[in-house]
Amino acid sequence: MNSWKLWMLLLQGAGLTVAVSLLSIAIGLAIGAVISAGMLSSKQVFAVPSRLFVSFFRGVPLLVQLLLIYNLLPAIGINVSSVGAAITGLSLCTAAYQAENLRGGLMSVPKGLIEAAEMAGLNATQQFRRIRLPIAFRLTLPAIINEAIMILKASSLVSVVGVVELTRMTQDLSASTYRPLELFAMAGVIYFIINWGLSFIGSYTENAIRWGRP
Amino acid sequence: MSHPAVTIRGLHKSFGAVEVLRGIDLDIPRAQVTCLIGPSGSGKSTLLRCMAFLEETSSGSILIDDAPLGFRTHADGSRTRLPAADIRTARRKIGMVFQQFNLWPHMTALGNVSEALKTVQKLGRREAEDRAMVQLKKVGLAERADHFPSQLSGGQQQRVAIARALALEPEIMLFDEPTSSLDPELTGEVLNVMRALADDGMTMVVVSHEIGFSASVGQKIAFLDQGQLLLTGTPTEVFGKPRHPRLDQFLETYLDRGAAMLL
Ligand SMILES: Nc1ncnc2c1ncn2[C@@H]1O[C@H](COP(=O)(O)OP(=O)(O)OP(=O)(O)O)[C@@H](O)[C@H]1O
Ligand SMILES: [Mg+2]
Repeated sequence: MNSWKLWMLLLQGAGLTVAVSLLSIAIGLAIGAVISAGMLSSKQVFAVPSRLFVSFFRGVPLLVQLLLIYNLLPAIGINVSSVGAAITGLSLCTAAYQAENLRGGLMSVPKGLIEAAEMAGLNATQQFRRIRLPIAFRLTLPAIINEAIMILKASSLVSVVGVVELTRMTQDLSASTYRPLELFAMAGVIYFIINWGLSFIGSYTENAIRWGRP
Repeated sequence: MSHPAVTIRGLHKSFGAVEVLRGIDLDIPRAQVTCLIGPSGSGKSTLLRCMAFLEETSSGSILIDDAPLGFRTHADGSRTRLPAADIRTARRKIGMVFQQFNLWPHMTALGNVSEALKTVQKLGRREAEDRAMVQLKKVGLAERADHFPSQLSGGQQQRVAIARALALEPEIMLFDEPTSSLDPELTGEVLNVMRALADDGMTMVVVSHEIGFSASVGQKIAFLDQGQLLLTGTPTEVFGKPRHPRLDQFLETYLDRGAAMLL
């Protein structure tokens, strides 16, 4: 196999890595936002399950979570592809971390801003969606981007449920071509570039939401 | 005379073991400016916040236009807290302006003023923004509509905050030291907006250390000391001589705030 062919196959794996990671990051952020609201709720019916969710997904190794989900879903009658299981696992795991990030941000939203929303007649849901969450998101953006990069790197673990993403593709190719050094170097470069792109999106977002600050 | 806009009876408020308000009876007359003055820690903010139900009273009652605020009192004297939705309904008549402005930093001036019109009153974007612009014009900030709070001076931010409250067409406006966190040269623009509002016949309750403003714009003065209303009356009655010794003491510490003219 020539190098060009190898690059093409690696990029194919990289495509899957990016697709699975980005979807998981987006879904995880949305779930994380809901969970963070639950964690701070004064109602125990919301607070307790939210805290349990975070404890579980932060406390159990991602590898175990992935295998659990991959085997659990069919057992309860949900047919899921490898990619589906991978996205489910990554999303839930990253949701727990993002929830924890956002919870910190939500707690540092000045009380006066919430009182102003209260006086303007916004109900609890509207206050969360319109005031507290956007401000908390901005406050915690660096941590959120950081978690996104972590999840992109952790996505190499989804090969255990049969997704041939970048790392798995590299392993397979080095087994068949006996050129591991070259291949893992190439994979390293690709991961680096993807994460560089992610950081770029992060700083772009941070810049785009400066709210008038210099 | 018509019945008061706000009727406060037997109001007590404690934070833990500390009783901050100790039996307040006060009527807020309609279409007048009532000024709450008193030493630091006397409970002025707490009283004002009780009128907005940002603090829950420990006992006693507050009526807004005859409707109980926050609690329903039963025949036997016990009370139940009203549901959050009822509290929001009662609050619709009340606008509040805070010492720290409390503008939402992620929204422009226009966004701040139109937010509740869109989110709560469900007006279309266009109509909400048109109405918001009317209020921004009123406070002289139409040309700053697309500025974020961080791009506005303190005085401008406070005027946006006033516009935000006015956009919801309240019947009563509460001000908690609206100029205390402003540089002295910026207090004038805010006080002018408040004066214009008073001339329009708005019912206002103002906590202020601007004794000069209180004496000239206030029609009713309430002097709070250690959680009790020591004096209430017209400026002439309260500030006129012979003067209550506690008030005299208090005024002496505020000579620089326009109290000099009273001494
Ligand atoms: N949330 C709270 N928890 C505990 N104590 C409080 C709280 N808010 C106010 N207090 C106390 O209640 C008393 C009255 O406070 P308040 O803020 O109403 O005074 P104030 O008259 O507005 O004073 P200032 O002129 O300094 O603003 C003070 O002793 C204050 O420490
Ligand atoms: Mg105060």
